[in-house]
Amino acid sequence: MAVVFEKPKSLTDTVFHYCPGCTHGIVHRLVAETMDELGIEGKAIGIAPVGCSVLAYNYFACDMIEAAHGRAPAVATGVKRALPDRVVFTYQGDGDLASIGLCETVSAACRGENITVIFINNAIYGMTGGQMAPTSLIGQVTQTSPYGRDPKTQGYPIRICELLSTLEAPAYLERVTVNSVKNVKNAKKAIKKAFQNQIDGKGFSLVEVLSSCPTNWGKTPQKALEWIDEAMIPQYPLGVYRDKEAE
Amino acid sequence: MAKLTFREDLCKGYGLCVNACPKHILALSNTRLNQKGYTPVEMTKPEECIGCAFCATMCPDCVITVER
Repeated sequence: MAVVFEKPKSLTDTVFHYCPGCTHGIVHRLVAETMDELGIEGKAIGIAPVGCSVLAYNYFACDMIEAAHGRAPAVATGVKRALPDRVVFTYQGDGDLASIGLCETVSAACRGENITVIFINNAIYGMTGGQMAPTSLIGQVTQTSPYGRDPKTQGYPIRICELLSTLEAPAYLERVTVNSVKNVKNAKKAIKKAFQNQIDGKGFSLVEVLSSCPTNWGKTPQKALEWIDEAMIPQYPLGVYRDKEAE
Repeated sequence: MAKLTFREDLCKGYGLCVNACPKHILALSNTRLNQKGYTPVEMTKPEECIGCAFCATMCPDCVITVER
């Protein structure tokens, strides 16, 4: 018998600190599998964010840097410009990328930096205890919107892929999710393409992954995955928003 | 014939693999606890496993190794 599925070599043996049912682990694995398949573990440099995935530097076996909150694309820009032969990626949540780091995200995309951004959108601030994020849905109950998010006072959810697709420079923007086997396989393809684009020198690639947060959504892990289908996908439609290669 | 190996102490017992299994042959243990105090996943009918690796694909903690 041959091994058909095992833990990728680009993940360390450290046990994930994520809550039971959190899909961060799946995305970590997809990134690590991509590094294994492209053979870039030795020359990849990851930038960890602030948020639930702040400890990502313990999990990926490549070199990692911890950036200040939201500044991962800026740090990645510096690393990539200083070491252009390395593969540089950031791994950021929605509080990091879409809130405090929106400026860095848009600026790096606008410059078309040749980096890969993995963006985890779970519509809430997870690590700090479930406060409303810029990506929280209308009517979503969080710690800081106990009556549901009201657009009159709290505005509307921000759609990062659509926002960045108005810019000239980004090479590849896609939104995927990991709530079923089929969607995990699609997410893997998107992540691999985002890394391959960088190796081919195509420019800024961002993959937005709709992820679950059972703890702060107050749902069971399985119900949380179903909620992605019911509530998140109508607000955040899956698909490719920019693919310069295909155009 | 396929074989699953579980790194049992990493299992957090939330059953995403159980729901992903097309043959419905995975279940959370109701007799054992692992090192973390969770009820780990186990196979109810190992001989029916087809080695599709759907369980391992949905497992966020890389608990499952699949051989086929």
